[in-house]
Amino acid sequence: MGLVVDDLAVYYRTLAGDVRALDGVSFAVGDGEIMGLAGESGCGKSTLGKALIRLDGRMRYIRGSVELDGRPVPVWDDLAMNALRFGEISIVPQYAMSALNPTRKIGMMVDELLHSRGIDPKPLHAELFRRLELVGLDPHVLGMYPIELSGGMKQRAVMVISTLLDPSLLIADEITSALDVSNQKAVAEALVEFRDRGFVKSTIMVTHDLSVLYQVADTILVMYAGRLAEKGPAETIIHAPRHPYTKLLIGALPEVGIRYGEHKLVSIPGRPPSLLEPAEGCRFRERCPFASGRCVKQPPFCDVGDGHALACWREAA
Amino acid sequence: MLAVDHVSKTYRIGTFGGTSLPAVRDVSFEVAPGEVLSLIGESGSGKSTIGKMILRLSPITSGTISFDGADVGGLHGRALKSYYRRVQGVFQDPFSSYNPIFKADRVFGLLRDSYFGGVPDGEWRARVEEALASVSLEPDQVLGKYPHQLSGGQLQRMLIARALLLEIDFLVADEMISMLDASTRIDVLNLLGDLKARGLGILFITHDLSLGNYISERTIILRRGRIVEMGATGRVFGSPQHPYTQMLLASVPRLHSRWERGAAAEALADDEAETPLVQVADDHYVAAA
Repeated sequence: MGLVVDDLAVYYRTLAGDVRALDGVSFAVGDGEIMGLAGESGCGKSTLGKALIRLDGRMRYIRGSVELDGRPVPVWDDLAMNALRFGEISIVPQYAMSALNPTRKIGMMVDELLHSRGIDPKPLHAELFRRLELVGLDPHVLGMYPIELSGGMKQRAVMVISTLLDPSLLIADEITSALDVSNQKAVAEALVEFRDRGFVKSTIMVTHDLSVLYQVADTILVMYAGRLAEKGPAETIIHAPRHPYTKLLIGALPEVGIRYGEHKLVSIPGRPPSLLEPAEGCRFRERCPFASGRCVKQPPFCDVGDGHALACWREAA
Repeated sequence: MLAVDHVSKTYRIGTFGGTSLPAVRDVSFEVAPGEVLSLIGESGSGKSTIGKMILRLSPITSGTISFDGADVGGLHGRALKSYYRRVQGVFQDPFSSYNPIFKADRVFGLLRDSYFGGVPDGEWRARVEEALASVSLEPDQVLGKYPHQLSGGQLQRMLIARALLLEIDFLVADEMISMLDASTRIDVLNLLGDLKARGLGILFITHDLSLGNYISERTIILRRGRIVEMGATGRVFGSPQHPYTQMLLASVPRLHSRWERGAAAEALADDEAETPLVQVADDHYVAAA
């Protein structure tokens, strides 16, 4: 069944007005699917990830609906969401370093966390040990303080804790971004392993790094300035993107093997628009080399077949 | 131009400095004018420490760093000031390089106060505008603004413009573009490429192998403060000899091939022993395993 999001909009309240960080997004994530959510800073990807589990004080629900496994998810109702958090919907936050309580040994923190949810931790210990070993951590880490672990170890420990209750939906927010390449690989592979073993059903992996997504994600959703730009199978998005933004973004990525002098990469000129009362129409049109008169109207996010969808007038016809 | 000769750095750690942590161990390399040398390593490999020692932000424990033959460690007063006229650094977080309560272009004003007191107003303005233009910034878009009104890419380019005003010969770029978005970071990288063509020597410190590969002629792979592999970028990336380099390259996420699941994840042996660099090919050196 998975996750179905329909026309979800979440704005940030500021003194200057509403910042339309998430402005009507609709998509679905199937069971067992790892969906990569990509985009540059300020495109709304983290806002989307957070909106699915907890709206913080500055975030304001505007419209839209969310369904998980056929049941509605009341994202606007903080108290009602509490019943779903950790059990049904869980998150691996951006900085695992700050997700762990520095004054508690990790094992004690896990027990306290489970108690707070009204769950007896004892029967879960065997499973906790097994999963720690699965991600290459010795169960002794439970007797250690967070400061005693490296960044990669902490990230993996948080992943195990977040998924302990086998959530239907896991949101992994920039979990590889602060890590070295070798740790990055271990953490990303652990995510796939968790899916393969059924610890989590659907996963949304939020990151700015498309090359990591290509390694682990089944589908990739690219966002731009609070809206969806393109969604499709990872292979299609990386090798046959059709939205001008995705094309330019992928063209700007340096890779091992590409050298300045032999092959000069080009950037995307301009900057994303301000999301404080943005102009009508396609938000990429100011930077788009193919922009035309039609682009003053917002292009619909339409399907072009094989699970590939995008929002661009050039492709809509 | 810049020569680093058997340099080591040991940090004193612990409450009373009782324990020591070797951060850089016996590192030697040279950078020629117009050359970009990438210093690649994971966190804790000592790559930033080397940059700090070159910039005299951190003292050297043993060995020497010399710039055009003069020992950098012995510079004081006027000599140090003229060293900074030729060698500058740009760091990872552009927001922390600016004082948030002053306008961003104050960095140019400070520069004028300490180095260009005799330059008349009109000429100084022209110089600033020229430096901004060479990093493709519009002067009226950035001058008179506060740091929070500018993007990370703009701030980072202003810092490069500041370095250009000094007409520097050598730039230490420590994770300079790691915080920028994909669409803007390539601009800054290409800018470094243009500057290199003008004869600027660059030490490009990064943990991102693909960025290092894109811009540099020569590459050094550091591990725990020691050089494990060094040479022409094409050789180091094309035929890596040291198991650590091979593991790093296998872990880099790429757009054209997928990871081999599980491979290369095994821990490499911790070689604490001295491992001298051995030449394996023309301009390609590897620490003997």
